[in-house]
Amino acid sequence: MMLHAMSGLWRGCLVLLVALAIWQAVVSLTGVPRFILPGPTLVAQALWDNAALIWENALWSAGNLSLGLAVGIFLGVETALLLALSRRARWLLRPMLVVAQAVPVFALAPVITLWLGYGMPSKIVTIALVTYFPIASALFDRLMALPPGLADLSRLSGAGRWRETLLLRLPYAVPGLLSGLRLAVVYGPLAVLIGEWVGSSQGLGHLMLMANGRGQTALMFAALIVLACLSLCLWVTVEVLSRWSSKRLSYA
Amino acid sequence: MAGSLKAGDTLLIDSLDLTLPAGRWSALLGPSGVGKTSLLRLIAGLPCAAHLKGRLKAGDGAPIAPRVAMMAQDDQLLPWACALDNVTICARLRGEPAQTERAAALLARVGLGGLERRKPANLSAGQRQRVALARTLYEDRAVVLLDEPFSALDAMTRHTVQDLAAGLLAGRTVVLITHDPAEAIRLADVAWILTRAGIAPCILPPTMPPRAPEAAATISAQAALLKRMRLLAAQGAG
Repeated sequence: MMLHAMSGLWRGCLVLLVALAIWQAVVSLTGVPRFILPGPTLVAQALWDNAALIWENALWSAGNLSLGLAVGIFLGVETALLLALSRRARWLLRPMLVVAQAVPVFALAPVITLWLGYGMPSKIVTIALVTYFPIASALFDRLMALPPGLADLSRLSGAGRWRETLLLRLPYAVPGLLSGLRLAVVYGPLAVLIGEWVGSSQGLGHLMLMANGRGQTALMFAALIVLACLSLCLWVTVEVLSRWSSKRLSYA
Repeated sequence: MAGSLKAGDTLLIDSLDLTLPAGRWSALLGPSGVGKTSLLRLIAGLPCAAHLKGRLKAGDGAPIAPRVAMMAQDDQLLPWACALDNVTICARLRGEPAQTERAAALLARVGLGGLERRKPANLSAGQRQRVALARTLYEDRAVVLLDEPFSALDAMTRHTVQDLAAGLLAGRTVVLITHDPAEAIRLADVAWILTRAGIAPCILPPTMPPRAPEAAATISAQAALLKRMRLLAAQGAG
């Protein structure tokens, strides 16, 4: 009864606490060396001791992530709209959109780093590429799925494709955009990590690699936790957006 | 309108010869799957699985499609837009400025004064169909096609919305598609039964529509029509 009454947040915290307790128990009971698996207290200690270092690298990763996401979202939305508006663009680009889904874009990270160097541009391009396709295709699918009743309405009104897209298709397709965004905020942080693993002198991924090489496993975990928090923030943002829009646009 | 209606190679209606009088309510009755909706879509110039082998033309020879407004069983309202914006959507789709005052006046005429800012989700099925009626009136077209717009409403609501539509659409060329003989008797100036073999005109009471459903003439006409439809259905099956 008491468990049911608790809000999602508190239930989440409770589960987290239990998980941390089990983690600590496993470490204490098995006596596993700290460079293999540090306990949560050690990770917390590492987080505290290296706060400035972690913060600096987290900022770098978060900056890349937001820029890359912004570029990916912008291009994805533009592509979906272009495809919805132009039959010729559909004819030309739709097969590419389908095939691109099957290409593991993550695998391109080394090539992109080779071309664009270790700095910011290669990370932004990797993140943008990884987030672009799910957004473009999820939004496009929904833009093309206008209910027949509304399509009739548009045709009887004598609407042009441009206005039909803006006034009917786009508002109808907002849930598609949001499901694209949900995928993008999962892929985005992964892309940051992979981009930085492949080659970088800054960022949480770089920090993890460094810490791993030096046997500072606790620091590696600490960086991982910060990255997870970053992902969580993005996820919460999309969730809030999605609730707001479904209320504002009254979808069933 | 003359010819035969086909869906692919399947014959839906064999010999179709129909003259729908201007400025009147014509009802087309028939069982599901006979091609009523296809016929309506053909008149409206909408994409349709069936095709007409024959002619379809207006008495004045001008194209019909640009003069058509349509109301369907599903209200086809935009869930994200309020009642007022739903009434003006067709104009906005054409890039014309929305005449908000006229739209509000029409909403008041269909009995939704004060509910202009409500979203469809916060309106009842009857109220939503009233918004659709106001949207149809806003278009101010000479031909109004009704594809069973009242059939999803409960009996009492259906009755009120029917009266409302009969009053507000008077003087326009209305084509009403329905499977309900009572509705045809109540609202139509002329009515036909559609079957595979062709079309048969119905006998309607001599009074003007909308006819009172409780009047003896209405009830006997309903009974006669129902009997006739049964007979035609039996012939079609045999």
